Amino acid sequence: MDLKEKLLSSYLVFEDHVDIDTYVHNLRNDAIKIFEDKGFPTKKEEAWKYTSLNKILKEDYSVFPKQENAIEYNDVKKYFIHDIDSYKIVFIDGKYSSHLSQTTHDGMDICLMSAALTKPKYRLIIENYFNKAATKDSLPSLNTAFSSEGAYIHIPKNKMVEKPIQIIHFSTGNESALMLQPRNLIVVDENSHVQIIERHQSLTNSPVLTNSVTEIFTNKRAIVDYYKIQNDSLNASLIDNTFIKQKQESVASVHTFAFGGNLVRNNLNFYQHGERIDSTLKGVTIIGDKQHVDHNTLVHHIEPNCESHQDYKGIFGENSTGVFNGKIIVEKEAQKTNAFQANNNILISDKATINTKPQLEIFADDVKCSHGCTIGQLDESALFYMQSRGIPKKEAKALLMYAFSNNVLSSVKIPEMKQRITKIIANKLGVNLGFDL
Amino acid sequence: MLKINNLHASVEDKSILKGVNLEVKPGEVHAIMGPNGSGKSTLAAVIAGKEEYEVEKGNILFEGEDIEELSAEERAHKGVFLSFQYPVEIPGVSVTNFIKTAINESRKAKGLEDMPAKDMLKLIREKADLLEIDRKFLSRSLNEGFSGGEKKRNEIFQMAMLNPKLAILDETDSGLDIDALRIVANGVNKLKSKDNAVVVITHYQRLLDHIVPDFVHVLYNGKIVKSGTKELAHELEEKGYDWIKEEVNA
Ligand SMILES: Nc1ncnc2c1ncn2[C@@H]1O[C@H](COP(=O)(O)OP(=O)(O)OP(=O)(O)O)[C@@H](O)[C@H]1O
Ligand SMILES: [Mg+2]
Repeated sequence: MDLKEKLLSSYLVFEDHVDIDTYVHNLRNDAIKIFEDKGFPTKKEEAWKYTSLNKILKEDYSVFPKQENAIEYNDVKKYFIHDIDSYKIVFIDGKYSSHLSQTTHDGMDICLMSAALTKPKYRLIIENYFNKAATKDSLPSLNTAFSSEGAYIHIPKNKMVEKPIQIIHFSTGNESALMLQPRNLIVVDENSHVQIIERHQSLTNSPVLTNSVTEIFTNKRAIVDYYKIQNDSLNASLIDNTFIKQKQESVASVHTFAFGGNLVRNNLNFYQHGERIDSTLKGVTIIGDKQHVDHNTLVHHIEPNCESHQDYKGIFGENSTGVFNGKIIVEKEAQKTNAFQANNNILISDKATINTKPQLEIFADDVKCSHGCTIGQLDESALFYMQSRGIPKKEAKALLMYAFSNNVLSSVKIPEMKQRITKIIANKLGVNLGFDL
Repeated sequence: MLKINNLHASVEDKSILKGVNLEVKPGEVHAIMGPNGSGKSTLAAVIAGKEEYEVEKGNILFEGEDIEELSAEERAHKGVFLSFQYPVEIPGVSVTNFIKTAINESRKAKGLEDMPAKDMLKLIREKADLLEIDRKFLSRSLNEGFSGGEKKRNEIFQMAMLNPKLAILDETDSGLDIDALRIVANGVNKLKSKDNAVVVITHYQRLLDHIVPDFVHVLYNGKIVKSGTKELAHELEEKGYDWIKEEVNA
């Protein structure tokens, strides 16, 4: 049985375990039909031209984990940003781990989707926001159909959330191949500010496929800083579908640190519904081996006087492949839009490839849009210059690559997070540098 | 200190150095002059260890050791310094972070601990003052957007920080205004001692008025075709290179 059929028949089993008389279940029913109709995307679709799911769909994934697995904090501490105080929403093989988590209902809700979907007090928020930003594409629909667990975050107005929130999904591999479909909903009301870190981490070498959907709503003047750490094992694949719907004067940024897994596809979508909105999309990709990372971004400028800033850097070694597909739409009403996009890449191996493509659809006339893609090698003359001052070639390369990704790191607002990323990069490059950038 | 014997070097199968002989002893200042394209920068790069240049014949001894197999950084750790004719821009790395890294990597190679931050800061300030470099300048990205003169002054700042045994200054004077020339030359002279040596590559007498050479060599078509004392530089300034070319071709 192929994965699609398996999922369709699993849906019937799934329905036995959830309350089918709800608002969300109607959405699920619609969504499974969309998935049945469209199936998994193939390379024939323009948006999937350079990323083939064929290979990873061949695994015999179990769709619902059969047993609950426990892990000790000390064994997984290193995957947290553990030197800061934070809220934690942790899942093991798709199941909530209360043991590893630290949630709250004190003046805000930082808790579980499963609770939000079943308890009446969350009904209003769910009906107002759930699935209101996600598209009807096949993968988000597949996630909607099976949506039952994930992070639920609601920050009421005028609240500055003091501690960052870490959302971590562990997979243990105890069931051999596993498919996970976390569903996150984040609603930030007027004037509130929250920082979120998200990570998916496989603890073994069993294949994992995660098809995740995160919907983020930033209401008037809200600020959201979102960081994605993607540094998974070579058998873990991730399709991340993130949808951010912004209201006027809100500021949202997503930093994606893509150190890969097996295959990673980031569908990152921003929709600007209001004036003077600021959207930032930044990413550093450093991969090697046969890793594949695809950034597929969309910024939809709908109203006037808004900005978007995209800056993606990529360093590709060995047989790795990268894709950057950045789409900017500026609607006719969206005058005085400032939209910037940059995608710079370094290939450090002859066998690595990158496909980069900006797509601009501009219907307004008074806008500032700029985009630029570059693909290059490490500058040999810079390397010699550094070596001639006593910096060994390996360190010199690392320093150049750091410098290259510096722009992206410099806007990380959590110092411990920045330090961690710096460390991961140093590790990737096999060096030890005496300073942070 | 430096002994070059019958050095032949090529790049991409094009032979550029065709039998260079040169000996530099501690405490000496040598000037290398010669027409454009004669191989001066190539010679400097080969001594500093640029990989793309192939040594085909001959050898380079530094303090008695054949350095052919050493990487550029290993040569730097032994005390070779090259001030570039065209310093390279390194966006995203500040002057301070760059020089800190360079110093600590050299110390690491010698089995020493990192220099304590306080000492480093003191040293940086002292050398920046010596070259009359504004402190603000040090936090800028290395060479990025620096003027020609600023780049050259920064090269000598790095030299002062690293305190090499052999400094090769490739057209450090070009791009410097008169004041900067004096400051830079003064900096180089302050660093001079009986234990180190300087090779200056230049087209002009004006630098040699400040950094007075013990020997002057003319490199032409990949060979040192004439050597003399500082008077030779005056003669070249006056008469150009034609008479030397004629001598060689005769
Ligand atoms: N990487 C290279 N590839 C091809 N040719 C090169 C390379 N490097 C140097 N050359 C050639 O070698 C010759 C010598 O160059 P070099 O830079 O050493 O001259 P120079 O004496 O320093 O000249 P100038 O006074 O103009 O600085 C020139 O003809 C130059 O074009
Ligand atoms: Mg030259």
